[in-house]
Amino acid sequence: MDDRKRPGPDRRSVEISKVSREALDPVIMREFYPKTAIEVYVEILQSDAGTRTAGINAASVALADAGIPMKDLVSSVAVGKIDGEVVLDLDAMEDNHGEADMPIAMVARTNTITALQMDGRLTKEEFERGLKLAMSACHQIYELQRTALIDRYSESVGVGGE
Amino acid sequence: MGLEIMDDIRKDYVYDLVKSGQRVDGRGFREYREISVERDVIKRAEGSARVKIGNTEVLVGVKLDPGEPFSDAPDKGVIITNAELVPLASPEFESGPPNENSVQLARVVDRGIRGSEAIDLEKLCIEEGEKVWIVFIDIHVLDNDGNLVDAAALGAIASLLNIRIPNERYGLTGENTLPMRDTPVAVTAVEIDGNILVDPNFNEENAATSRLTVISNADGTLSGMQKSGSGGLKEEEIAEVVEIGIEKAGEIREKYLFS
Repeated sequence: MDDRKRPGPDRRSVEISKVSREALDPVIMREFYPKTAIEVYVEILQSDAGTRTAGINAASVALADAGIPMKDLVSSVAVGKIDGEVVLDLDAMEDNHGEADMPIAMVARTNTITALQMDGRLTKEEFERGLKLAMSACHQIYELQRTALIDRYSESVGVGGE
Repeated sequence: MGLEIMDDIRKDYVYDLVKSGQRVDGRGFREYREISVERDVIKRAEGSARVKIGNTEVLVGVKLDPGEPFSDAPDKGVIITNAELVPLASPEFESGPPNENSVQLARVVDRGIRGSEAIDLEKLCIEEGEKVWIVFIDIHVLDNDGNLVDAAALGAIASLLNIRIPNERYGLTGENTLPMRDTPVAVTAVEIDGNILVDPNFNEENAATSRLTVISNADGTLSGMQKSGSGGLKEEEIAEVVEIGIEKAGEIREKYLFS
């Protein structure tokens, strides 16, 4: 966004919060935390489109890092359409001039979609192709998230060192 | 506490029925409740419609005012969609500033209309960079028995199809009919125990963990989608909702928008 965003939550943030919460909810084992709220804060430092998907990816890793029991990580990415092509992960310029944007979030282990939004215009075939593309990208992101966690903890317990 | 226990009993009831291939109100899994669309119910609005889907009732009004365009689209009209979940419509609704459910409802309806480019916004420019028509779509939920999105979206498009631009009121000249190019229709389904149920009522909506809305256009393309709820959906389940969504939208469009 080139325009300065006004501080404070707007309607867009309210919706993104809801979608992100519902994207993460299916993996979090809330049954271990009765009468407890788990608060997740996502701060977007710089926006070049794909903020909600980046936020969900980060939040998922952060929840695991916080030691919250989870069934799996949630991975998220958007697909879009530019000039009639279905493409992965639009940047801001592509998003502004593109014909469609569809963020999804997925539990990689079970291929369960936990977030799905679409705006713009897609044919049924483009949608199906886009969904497949996004799902395979989520598997890639999942590996990166796993690696980040493994790296973090192999460092802190000093595996192979000292 | 009392309410939660009731909810569990009701949830089990809904689930058990679905497992045996039935629904609470005897419908088929792919069957809508009775729909009615009554237009021009608010004379002071430029367009309005009262939509009932079973016991769910939504009133949509559209007003047009001249105003300033957005700086990144100086030659285009503006759409502003708002949803009001009035307290009398459901014990869950409270007065006060919009909560995330009403924000989501408004944004999903808005997304369908925007995504399909149903309103030709370029024709709503009065003076580039200075003045354009602002289309206010106001959704009032009067009674919530589930599936507010479909009712609100149908009310919005039914209201928009018949609008006279109030040029005279502002001393303007120009085209008097709101330029419409498409008719997006929303179809919502929930997943219960691996089954897809179209047009969920209040109990089904609460028993289900995932809900998916698919908004499609006259040519069968998709112009908006939104999954909500704290559960997940499988790829096949999503594909099924998309397929049913396009089919049902066609029927609803035919029967309630062009009749």
